[in-house]
Amino acid sequence: MSGTVFRMPSLGSDMEAGTLIEWTHRPGERLHKGDTIAVVETQKGAIEVEVFHDAVMGRPLIEPGETVPVGTAMAELEPLEAIAEQGPGAGRAEGPAPAAGSSGAASGAYERLGGTARGTGPAETSAQGRTPAAPGVRASPAARRLAAERGIALAELTGSGPDGAIVLGDLAAAAKPGARAPAATPAQARPAPRGGLDLAAMRQAIAAAMSRSKREIPHYYLSQDIDLTVATEWLGARNADLPPAKRLLMGVLFIKAVAITLPRFPELNGFDRDGRFEPSEAVHVGSATAIRGGGLIAPAIHDADRLDLATVMNRLRDLVSRVRSGGLRASELSDPTVTVSSLGDRGVDRLYGIIYPPQVAIVGFGTPRLGPWVVEGGIVPRTLVTATLAADHRHSDGHRGALFLAALAQRLQEPDML
Amino acid sequence: MNRDELKTIALEELINVAPDLAGETVADDADLRDEFDLDSMDILNWVTALHRRLGVDIPELDVPRLRSLADTADYLAARLL
Repeated sequence: MSGTVFRMPSLGSDMEAGTLIEWTHRPGERLHKGDTIAVVETQKGAIEVEVFHDAVMGRPLIEPGETVPVGTAMAELEPLEAIAEQGPGAGRAEGPAPAAGSSGAASGAYERLGGTARGTGPAETSAQGRTPAAPGVRASPAARRLAAERGIALAELTGSGPDGAIVLGDLAAAAKPGARAPAATPAQARPAPRGGLDLAAMRQAIAAAMSRSKREIPHYYLSQDIDLTVATEWLGARNADLPPAKRLLMGVLFIKAVAITLPRFPELNGFDRDGRFEPSEAVHVGSATAIRGGGLIAPAIHDADRLDLATVMNRLRDLVSRVRSGGLRASELSDPTVTVSSLGDRGVDRLYGIIYPPQVAIVGFGTPRLGPWVVEGGIVPRTLVTATLAADHRHSDGHRGALFLAALAQRLQEPDML
Repeated sequence: MNRDELKTIALEELINVAPDLAGETVADDADLRDEFDLDSMDILNWVTALHRRLGVDIPELDVPRLRSLADTADYLAARLL
């Protein structure tokens, strides 16, 4: 049998490196396709990274706390037969096993790791990583280790990781080496604007991606005013009788309308790979979400063209909440095939987007407004929205882009068909 | 439940949907959308949470009336008390 390695994924063209916060599985544990294997700190915050095929967790090659470039081997993955070969006990080791609780082969594999892992004091590391130093406080193993080294009480910290877990960044903010937590200055003790997110680092990432986009991608821009009266009335009538949890936002209609229009315009949905276009069958719509204090993230709503409106709404709600509080997954950041940016109800009439490489198009929606519109020869007030398209001229032309916006406008005239 | 308690609940639920606002001072009459840059999803999540916690019906057409914490407490009080 021969295994593969799991590498530091690229979560966007602007990412160069990531820091391992923790492994979520132990050697010998079964990983299903899509399972989270590790939590990685990036410029976009703490991200859960997933495996892309069924496998068995193998030997970790880097330690929590290490920062490695994209593409670096992080851990070995064993084929599924590995479970059978190691005996029946190994496959059943699930979840965060307590210190002596992991069974048979899994535990053995973890102990063997001590001799081969890079970094300092591997023996202590694995022992401390599994010792619940502060019962009842959620913290990553790396954070526990560092807290123990520095004499910081975890219970006094506010966690910014998944489910409020304390992660390395929280410790860095709380104290310098040798200093106890209360010594932190008020400025350092203030919680970050968003869980685990370094806004300055995010600014750099956005700067790098947008500079590259403007340098390399020959954008063309189109805009189209769309009569949104029917859709607005339809949405208002639909939401009127529903409890808040079941209501839809107009932005969801925009995402769905874009998603179902794109399959007829494959040159707008996919990736630029070194100047060659790679179309995508799937439509994963990145939904640009602003972060208070600055910055934005556009995580994907996967297969948005195949989901009904209520499901798109639920996905969007879930994504926004995880943008606010942490817990975005790697696939959501790395695989949008197109981006939709809606200004919502407190913006301006139109926005011209900048393509997020390696994507080839971004669709923008301004703030819907009441404006004059000609209907059957008369001027009447209607609810209007301006949709824009910025697309990569290497892979599509303005004529096709115009047809796309016209088709999109048509979709929005039949909201009940979305 | 009095008006002050309703205000406290409204603020608690606001922080839940916008955890990055924890620790911010929220004046009673500050326009929540403008002052704290709440988008339509934040507002909807907040209204959803108030509906769940208090069992109060908040029709969509009424949502713009929940402008500030004070307005929100008044609205909820009128519906509940």
